[in-house]
Amino acid sequence: MERKTVTNNNLPADSIEAVTRGLASAGYIASRQIATAIYLAERIEKPILVEGPAGVGKTELAKALAAWRGLKMIRMQCYEGLDEAKALYEWKYAKQLLYTQILKDKLGEVLGGADTLAAALDKLHDFGDVFFSKEFVEPRPLLQALEQPKGCVLLVDEIDKSDAEFESLLLEILSDYQVSIPELGTVVAVVKPTVILTSNGERDLSDALKRRCLHLHIGFPEQKLEERIVESRVPGISQTLRTQIVGFINQVRTLDLKKLPSVSETIDWARVLVLLQSTELDHETVKETLNVLLKYEADIETTMPQVTTFVARAGRQGVFG
Amino acid sequence: MREELHRFFRAARGAGVRVSPAESIDAMKAVADVGFSDRNILRDTLLLTLAKSQEEKQALGECFDLFFSHPEVKEETAPEDAHEGTGAESAASESQPGGPGAPAPQMGELAQMLMSRDRNAIAAAMANAASAASLSDIRYFTQRGIFSTRILDNLGIERLRDDLDALTATNPAAAERLAAALQALRENVRDAVSQALLLYGREESENLRNEILRNAPLARLERRQVEQMKALIRAIARRLRERYSKPRKRQRRGHLDTRRTLRRNAAWGGVPFLTSWKRRHRDRPKIVAICDVSGSVAQVSDFFLLLIHSLHEVVDDVRSFAFSGHLIEVSDILDTKSPEAAMSEIMSKVGFGSSDYGGSLVDFEKGWIRTVTPKTTVVVLGDARTNNLDPRADILRTISERSKRLVWLNPEGRMAWGWGDSEMPRYAAFCSVVRQCATARQLERAVSDIAATYR
Repeated sequence: MERKTVTNNNLPADSIEAVTRGLASAGYIASRQIATAIYLAERIEKPILVEGPAGVGKTELAKALAAWRGLKMIRMQCYEGLDEAKALYEWKYAKQLLYTQILKDKLGEVLGGADTLAAALDKLHDFGDVFFSKEFVEPRPLLQALEQPKGCVLLVDEIDKSDAEFESLLLEILSDYQVSIPELGTVVAVVKPTVILTSNGERDLSDALKRRCLHLHIGFPEQKLEERIVESRVPGISQTLRTQIVGFINQVRTLDLKKLPSVSETIDWARVLVLLQSTELDHETVKETLNVLLKYEADIETTMPQVTTFVARAGRQGVFG
Repeated sequence: MREELHRFFRAARGAGVRVSPAESIDAMKAVADVGFSDRNILRDTLLLTLAKSQEEKQALGECFDLFFSHPEVKEETAPEDAHEGTGAESAASESQPGGPGAPAPQMGELAQMLMSRDRNAIAAAMANAASAASLSDIRYFTQRGIFSTRILDNLGIERLRDDLDALTATNPAAAERLAAALQALRENVRDAVSQALLLYGREESENLRNEILRNAPLARLERRQVEQMKALIRAIARRLRERYSKPRKRQRRGHLDTRRTLRRNAAWGGVPFLTSWKRRHRDRPKIVAICDVSGSVAQVSDFFLLLIHSLHEVVDDVRSFAFSGHLIEVSDILDTKSPEAAMSEIMSKVGFGSSDYGGSLVDFEKGWIRTVTPKTTVVVLGDARTNNLDPRADILRTISERSKRLVWLNPEGRMAWGWGDSEMPRYAAFCSVVRQCATARQLERAVSDIAATYR
């Protein structure tokens, strides 16, 4: 009940445990590091840069945070060639063009009273400011995030996919929560958004960007934590199956694979097994459903001969807890 | 505690984590918020605010553990324990107020502290003395002695020596005990200084070592240095990557980007006030590396291949070839295996023979001459010592004509070129550049130049 009021006022959580509980209520089981990061981000008003392998729940974290806080989530997917016009704002050219046409028609009326050229220019000057005004700005995700009256969670997804120039563009938003539009001046955030940036480490990000963020690395979770994640995400899964699945996957992760299965694959696989109504891992089912877990033919070939051993070992884990 | 944090930041810098003032402010704010009570949370907090990559997190984590494990103030050591009986005896005699050995009033502060075995007081005194001696300024291992002396001076060791002399005359048993305590104190101070060096001096010592290492000839490294050199090469690779992996765009004036121009000028009814010009991405280097892996050149080739293959982001395509008696392609080995395993496999296949440049060039012409295109930079690494066999400079000429650039890196000094069986002058005629390449510094320059020609 108490937390409810906190949510409504959008005050930062008062303890790290409160963050853990809040995220859990949104279906996200957070490790201590993650909860600490969220807690600090709200307290000292800093963006979080989340790094880690694909599928460990980086994007999910932002979604859960938004759900818990009851805020809107604005997502900005980065890609090569992303620029100011698509990320920040753009002028509504068509509307401006239309406006010029109208202006042309009305020009006579407006300038009606003026006798000299100087007087006419004087009158026209008042209109020039209207031309590049808020009316004609089309806000893109970043500007939208600043304009949310109740604040929001801004997710800048896969920042490493964008160009280095785009990073520099982000700096102003990240450090001061404001954007400068040359024609309009500076737009300052109504309520500072919680910013989460994610990166898969495809390229090194600039120091300037890193310096402005808290740096959180999410790796593969520990066995216990992963079991809890599966429990919360896949309802109706039995305790034994859960332990065995996580045990099996942890063994697969020790292999030298092109793409190691991460949490999202664990959840998908658990769902598949629940759908197939398995109650225990057996090597037949595992072999048939391995393609859910592993995304490369070569990886499946590497894992296939090990399946029986892994299943046996995971089974033993199930028995002894 | 604020002091403590500041010292931790310095220690973090020593551990190679770049802590800027802005970051330290963030960390202070964050720590003020979470408090010092939970050590794990404090650790998480500092790792979140200060470290900006996984390596930094690891380094900082280690630094944290070291920093917050203060050396325990040791009990007086072995000799004291051996004299357990006498120790207890003298302690007993001391406790009698009118006893013969009640020297307390005349003794100095330090001696009293040691005699009373007040561990907390000693630890506090040591911490004060350490900060008075500005222990956190320690940079080099050679400074250990001077800092120990300074701390002991600040603790008041002069007075203690006098006390000890006086005590020897009056109460030999107590004097012995005091001497043992002094010995333990010295050890404590030495430990504290060593730990401080580990915390604050790492960066400087490493810089010094790297500086020496960069200028050491690669071919004559000691075993111990090879590991350090590998780390250094990785650092060089990272630096080169950062410098050259930026997207390479160049304005190409003369070609109008019609689409963008129209769009930019829509506000003026399509009258092109602002023009946009087409940009073109620059080519990334394609490299063909031909490395001599015989005898003395092997080590240099090893580092060169290690470097060039860690530059994935900078170069488009690397094909590597190794030869001594004959030539094979080694790109796959280098890409799939760990550096150590790859090098030993290459060595077992072609290494350690006597080099035959002519024969190897023939092998290359037969098998892979097609990999050389006008976009390729060919890098040959070798000492050009042909063992008096036919050098086949004509093949090198073909390669030179087919390629964009032909760079020859020679680990030998310029003086040696052309002497004995060195065919360097003959080969040099067909090379765009010939460089000496014997140290890590020269290696970095050479590779940097190769990447830079494409800017």
